[in-house]
Amino acid sequence: MADEFLSVHDLSVSFGTEGGVARVLDQVSLSMRAGEIMGLVGESGCGKTTLARAILGVLPDNALIDSGTLTFDGADLLHAGATEHIRGRAITFVPQDPFGSFSPLFTVGDQIAELMRWKSPDRSPGERFYARARRSADMERTLALLRAVQLPEPERLLRKYPHELSGGQRQRVMIAMALLPEPKLVIADEPTTALDVTIQAQILKLLRRLATERGASVLFTTHDLGTAWEICDRVTVMYAGQEAETAEVVDFFGRPRHPYTRMLLDSLPTQGAALRGIPGEVPSPYAPPPGCRFHPRCPRATAICQDSHNAAVEPVAGHSVRCHHPHEWAAT
Amino acid sequence: MRLLALAARRCLWMPPTLLGLTLIVFSISHIIPSDPARVLAGENAPIEQVEALRRKFGLDLPLPQQFFRYVTDVVSGNMGISLYTQRPVADDLLERLPATFELAIYAMILAVLLGLPLGVVSALRRNSLLDHAVRVVTISGLAMAAFWLAILLQLLFSMKLNLTPVQGRIDGWGPDPITGFYTLDAVLRGDWEMLGSSLRYLALPVMPLAIPAMATIVRFTRAGVLNVMSSNFVFYQNAMGLPRRVVIWKYILRSALIGTLTQIGLVFGNLLAGAVVVEAVFSWPGLGTYAYNSILQSDYNAIMGFTLFTGTVFICVNLLVDIAQAVLDPRGR
Amino acid sequence: MKSLRRMLRDRALLTGLVIVTLLVLAAVFASPLSTFPEHVTSFDPSQRLKPPGERFWLGTDRMGADIYSRLLFGARLTILVAVVATTFAVVIGVPIGLVAGYYRNWFSDLLMRVSDVFLAVPQIVLAIAIAQTLGPAIQNVILALSVTYWPFWARLVYAETRSLRNEVFIEAAIAMGASPLRVMVLHVVPSIASSIIVRTTIGMGATILAAASLGFLGLGAPPPAPEWGRMIAESREFLPDAWWYATAPGVAILLVVMGFNLLGDGLRDVLDPRIRRGGQRGG
Repeated sequence: MADEFLSVHDLSVSFGTEGGVARVLDQVSLSMRAGEIMGLVGESGCGKTTLARAILGVLPDNALIDSGTLTFDGADLLHAGATEHIRGRAITFVPQDPFGSFSPLFTVGDQIAELMRWKSPDRSPGERFYARARRSADMERTLALLRAVQLPEPERLLRKYPHELSGGQRQRVMIAMALLPEPKLVIADEPTTALDVTIQAQILKLLRRLATERGASVLFTTHDLGTAWEICDRVTVMYAGQEAETAEVVDFFGRPRHPYTRMLLDSLPTQGAALRGIPGEVPSPYAPPPGCRFHPRCPRATAICQDSHNAAVEPVAGHSVRCHHPHEWAAT
Repeated sequence: MRLLALAARRCLWMPPTLLGLTLIVFSISHIIPSDPARVLAGENAPIEQVEALRRKFGLDLPLPQQFFRYVTDVVSGNMGISLYTQRPVADDLLERLPATFELAIYAMILAVLLGLPLGVVSALRRNSLLDHAVRVVTISGLAMAAFWLAILLQLLFSMKLNLTPVQGRIDGWGPDPITGFYTLDAVLRGDWEMLGSSLRYLALPVMPLAIPAMATIVRFTRAGVLNVMSSNFVFYQNAMGLPRRVVIWKYILRSALIGTLTQIGLVFGNLLAGAVVVEAVFSWPGLGTYAYNSILQSDYNAIMGFTLFTGTVFICVNLLVDIAQAVLDPRGR
Repeated sequence: MKSLRRMLRDRALLTGLVIVTLLVLAAVFASPLSTFPEHVTSFDPSQRLKPPGERFWLGTDRMGADIYSRLLFGARLTILVAVVATTFAVVIGVPIGLVAGYYRNWFSDLLMRVSDVFLAVPQIVLAIAIAQTLGPAIQNVILALSVTYWPFWARLVYAETRSLRNEVFIEAAIAMGASPLRVMVLHVVPSIASSIIVRTTIGMGATILAAASLGFLGLGAPPPAPEWGRMIAESREFLPDAWWYATAPGVAILLVVMGFNLLGDGLRDVLDPRIRRGGQRGG
């Protein structure tokens, strides 16, 4: 497919730890179209951060890629590794922690300048010096983008140290830094979890608007279904290292097909209804159940669910579900 | 301007700390011994002499009054007369300070020049052969008694191999001091023979001081680099594809060095302490040998003066380290 | 069980444990293990300065005493000084750190200021001054070392208690009406025990080195006590011929201090979950 510019296929990743080998991604498949805002939702520990890291090419040292492919814009990210042109350039990153993601010893301006020195869209490959002309063009671009993320007095802000900024300001700078290289894809890993609830929505809408204006796709991980509903075009839900269901945001919330998605949405607090949880516990990644990892908690599970979870049902209208016994598509 | 205010604020802590130090030394010299005058006069002094000393130094006064007197004396630079040299202790100490400083500074330079790169490299190549080798050296360096290492080096290089002089600081009589640092004086005079001579004398005593200091620096630098390497900003920079050399040599190193810098004060304290035993082994004419001889002679004023003096030097070094750290780390401002 | 298994896997910790165990065994069984147990107090001048050989494994000293036997009895002194001095330092330092960390008032500031002043002098220098004033005796060495080393524990316990003070389980205990003493003893101390144990283990090594330096300066136990530092000092006038005389006690100090350091480092890896190696952030 021409418009499928990020494609993850059958990706399995394990971590070797003191307690044994943990398979944190189990045959995950996922695809993204150019220009869309995609949400990757799931509880903490479901593997969404690991998937984001795999795309960025910064898995921890003890991670082992067991199988699968990962292509971006025709390039094999998994084996060739993210190159200079891709990492920080075509694919950029908004971190979860705006507090710790700046070096405390350099001003914000120095750190943006460092990024632009290597990742400016004007930089030609292999360029060694930061020429004055490029420097001033980059400066203009930086100031414009800092204004676009609604930071007042950007000139003064550049002279400040990170600890002199509020959490919201820092995350705005992070968003600006992610957009400065004019990327095709922004990976935003729970970008607002560390912030006050009141500014979370502002920041997310800002990210969405700016990315859309610039034609960048966003892969956005969150554990909060509400924010996914607000800003995403499409949503993928993951459970215990496996992806369960991918759909347009309206379909995902309107007519979910995977039993896990259903139960997850039912567990959301609604007015006048009693809170409902999902019985059972998330399995340990050290000893996951065979086949579909949700089957021990699934009311629709049969013997076949223990054998494999690979029975992806033929997608209907871009709505794909990985389940042997999904709910009917029309059912709402 | 802000830095100046910060330095001033740090300096404000000096007087209370120095007063505390004086109180400790006063307690040791005036309160612990049952009869300070007897200690001062020496065990075999006749009773009249003891009594004379008691009156002369006001040791029959109430303790608070004695302490007040002690502090005024110390502030005006009066630390008493050395029983052994029969000169004011303060003069003795000041005269010997450059020799000890020269030794300590060379040891420090050597420790930093070797310790920093080794610490960084062993952190970057964690669990490599080099890392393991460095660890063995570090662990032994920290466990060795400095005086023992000094004796072994002396035994091997001076006595068996005849490569270096056994003891002393320079051939013949020492030259008239300009700064008191012989190597620096030699350069200032353009006297290369003297420079060579003083370096040959320095080479051996520097080692037993430098090796434990280097071990400490390696340890902290390695731990610091590893710690920064796992920090979120390094993860961010890697995810954004900044060149690895920039991340390591600019961002990781600078953070780790601030951590190491805080240890420099501690290391310097160890150097001063180690100087007592190492100087004694090489008869290096500095504060350490002075303290050693004072112990042998039971020269009471001299030992208390040495303690006070070393404490003051150490406090000043720590103050400088504090200020340097604040300059380098914007969060401290 | 799990942490015990991890302990045995850690090579550094295991080495440290073996060395420290050997030291304790050497001290306890000094008499049966030594070849000339009588040489601690009586000597054989006809045999002075014999090099290592079949009869005297590590040679003899200036009085003709067997160095190997004296080293074994010296282990007793070393352990005695290290254990007693460190215990005193812990007993002084930990309560001070607890009180200063638990309360936030002028008194806790004063306590910490006092310990800062003690830390403002190199420990050995202070110990020299005290030991010199008191005169050479083993109890004075112990006193000098505990007086100079307690602030290390006070500082550590202070910092840890301060950060624990805001933890929910401590606040809950206070809210439920537990007395300060109860909170400190039942809640704070168990939480910081591992840090104290690690610090104490490494502190043993530091104390042994400091005691050896005092011994070398002639401020330790008076002769004929087989004090390791003093043995090295005595050997100096017989160099370079009697090289074994200086070498053997130094190696003993090196091994023992290294043992405690390795043990302490290893214990820190095992006991302190915050810096446990191979920690992992999932997601």
